[in-house]
Amino acid sequence: MKKKLISYAVNLLLTAGIYTVFALLIQGGVINRYYEGLLINIGINIILAVSLNLVTGFLGQLVLGHAGFMSVGAYAAALVTLNSGLPEAAAFPLALLAGMLAAAIVGFLIGIPALRMKGDYLAIITLGFGEIIRVIVLALDFTGGARGLRGIPSLADFTWVYVLMAVTVYVIFTLIRSRQGRAIISIREDEIAAEAAGIHTTYYKMLAFVLAAALAGLAGGLYAHHIGILTPAKFDFNYSVEILIMVVLGGMGSITGSVVAAIILTILPEALRSFADYRMVLYSVVLIIMMLFKPSGLLGEFEFSLASIGRKLRARFFGGAVSRKED
Amino acid sequence: MSFLLQVINGLQVGSIYALVALGYNMVYGIVQLINFAHGDIIMVGAYGAYVVLVLCGLPVWVAVLASIALCVIAGVGIEKVAYSRLRNHNAPRISLLITAIGVSIFLQNLFQLIFGSAGIPFPSMFQVAPINLGGLNISFVTILTIVVTVLLMIALQLLVGKTKIGKAMRAVSEDADAAKLMGINTNSTVAFTFGLGSGLAAVGSVLYSNAYPMITPFMGSMLGLKAFVAAVLGGIGSIPGAMLGGFIMGIVESLTKGYISTQLADAVVFGILIVVLLVKPSGLLGRNATEKV
Amino acid sequence: MALLETRDLGITFGGLQALQHLDLSLEPREIVGLIGPNGAGKTTVFNLLTSVYPPTTGSITLDGVSIVGKKTYQITQLGIARTFQNIRLFKDISVIDNVKIAMNAQMRYPTLAGILRLPSYRREEQEVHSRAMELLGIFSLEEFAQSKAKNLPYGKQRKLEMARALAANPKVLLLDEPAAGMNPTETQELMETISLIHRTFDIAILLIEHDMSFVMGICQRLVVLDYGKVIARGTPEEIQKNPAVIAAYLGGDEE
Repeated sequence: MKKKLISYAVNLLLTAGIYTVFALLIQGGVINRYYEGLLINIGINIILAVSLNLVTGFLGQLVLGHAGFMSVGAYAAALVTLNSGLPEAAAFPLALLAGMLAAAIVGFLIGIPALRMKGDYLAIITLGFGEIIRVIVLALDFTGGARGLRGIPSLADFTWVYVLMAVTVYVIFTLIRSRQGRAIISIREDEIAAEAAGIHTTYYKMLAFVLAAALAGLAGGLYAHHIGILTPAKFDFNYSVEILIMVVLGGMGSITGSVVAAIILTILPEALRSFADYRMVLYSVVLIIMMLFKPSGLLGEFEFSLASIGRKLRARFFGGAVSRKED
Repeated sequence: MSFLLQVINGLQVGSIYALVALGYNMVYGIVQLINFAHGDIIMVGAYGAYVVLVLCGLPVWVAVLASIALCVIAGVGIEKVAYSRLRNHNAPRISLLITAIGVSIFLQNLFQLIFGSAGIPFPSMFQVAPINLGGLNISFVTILTIVVTVLLMIALQLLVGKTKIGKAMRAVSEDADAAKLMGINTNSTVAFTFGLGSGLAAVGSVLYSNAYPMITPFMGSMLGLKAFVAAVLGGIGSIPGAMLGGFIMGIVESLTKGYISTQLADAVVFGILIVVLLVKPSGLLGRNATEKV
Repeated sequence: MALLETRDLGITFGGLQALQHLDLSLEPREIVGLIGPNGAGKTTVFNLLTSVYPPTTGSITLDGVSIVGKKTYQITQLGIARTFQNIRLFKDISVIDNVKIAMNAQMRYPTLAGILRLPSYRREEQEVHSRAMELLGIFSLEEFAQSKAKNLPYGKQRKLEMARALAANPKVLLLDEPAAGMNPTETQELMETISLIHRTFDIAILLIEHDMSFVMGICQRLVVLDYGKVIARGTPEEIQKNPAVIAAYLGGDEE
């Protein structure tokens, strides 16, 4: 019990420590606006990758419309900020909640037909949904159509994104270690056996699916209030695939992997401008090669844990076997 | 009269959906995989025909044959390079799906790198005057498309029903392990199925490019999706189902474009998919499949 | 009143009558064997009892309440748990989590309590952990608690599947060929384990098995199926002498 409290405290301190370092660097002007923007993009992509990992890595269902849920959240959140008439500071949290809720509702509606089917159909329905959302956003008036939605105040600063990113990672991490998480994983392992073990599979599929959609909506809300302008073209199939690649590359079922892959795949295109033309070709080749030769991803099911690093260090310096005790 | 014209247009595009739907249908039947790259095979076929016809200046029949050959090679090649290893290792289904997505994106972006993302005008292959049928002027391509599709469907039905390879295909889709034990070479049967589906897609591709004479690297993705919906609507595993599904999809789409809104036509298509999955997941002519426990 | 009872149970697959007119009853604490040649419809009975397929005809009652039309997971929660002919474990997760998953329906804490790790989460997780370890102990699997299920040897995988079924707290346990693929020593051990669960958990067991000595040694009553129909029922001794059964086995099954 005491050990656990210490590990919580250490994790919390580390999370706060990283934040403080970056916040100070931003304040001091060492990190300029461009790099701050990059950090924010990383945070948003981490939320997207980790939430997609919940459905694809842990539930075992291929979702190809994650960017679609993101766009629902982005538009809903932006519309709330633009039209609520509240002061910006009050409107923003409300807008993010609205974005999450809208994406969750859409996720629920899509989930009703899709989750009754085998995984392949879910993939195709979410793919179709992502495209439909784009068409609908284009056709509607209040979304600004193809011109886009402009003038969204830039309220999503580093602090907001970092805190919500940390909360997302925490939520997914603890969720999959709860009874609900075990139920979700059992569906990935063998749906028929899960039913036979008394798991209400439809319910848990929906739980994972809606939660992932809501978090994608949150990412969308943050994105809208970071970029300030929304166009339907941003949330296309390619973006959904990019998020999927983060999950696959990092390892389906590894939250740490998703975080690391999201960081790398956000920085890489920025670092290599000339890379842009070849990016999707390269990504697709990586996707195929990963599936063929290393389907578990770079990190497999590995999770970063200070406790286990501590154990290893102790074992190295004090010698002897250090017993590993799981909760 | 314009209503009738819309229906005929619908039958034309529906024929193409049917040809493409067959590829999804047969491949799904035999390896239980939605071959996401199948739609992009259409695009490959269209560019192939374009290169032979325009860049090499060869006659139409050469272009058609070249397009079919290219698609068959691409289809079989994809199966050999990307899928067969996973199939033979009994990889989880999600790995196969992700690989299929990877192949699809690869083809789209490879062709974008080579030909650029802008559309290329496709020359008209069949310069024949419209035919007057009962007061309606119907273009030659329209009639050609519908006739070719119906003939191919009949030929395919005979192939699957009457020939040795057709029997092997049915055996493998029923139970691949048992088929292997009975001495059927499952790998070559699967490869044949991919090749056959891709060949049909090539025919669809040429007909499509004549009807909508602008080819782009991404033309296959929406077309492929709609064809897949047609396959589900008609019933995965049924050849007449693919044709019926394709025709219904084509007519619904054509009428939506004509009377409601062009933009929403795509949304209607997916509306159909969702309704089918909710009401009759096995499709109009499909049979109910139960998983063995 | 019988604990589990079927009346006129039958199912047709595309014109083929896989099972017809099955009247089966299981009293509390009874061990009944369901035997018959390959393809006789034994596993189909299990699939109907657990609602993998809906029956074409007939009724199924558990404790006098109809369970036809219920979902598989509901039936498990009501008290019928099963194992599968070809083992279906959650392969890539730990042995103990396999068991804990089947205890999910008995746990109460809501999703948010799990995410926030509230006291109810800690309490229930601790309780489930010790119950799961206890259950693994009965099957001598506790030392493997943290290894992945797929890394267990075959015999232990069968045991784990039984432990998982028992974790759902069933009144009726359905075992589909528990001794399949086992050598005589393992089979002997398995018989002891089944007797042990029978005594410890106070449950009724319906089992499908090919190994005649196994069935004879453990079952109080046998029901023999052939071509989807009951051809005999009675005590093991009676069945052994039944001419119809002998004919069915000699004529149909080579095992």
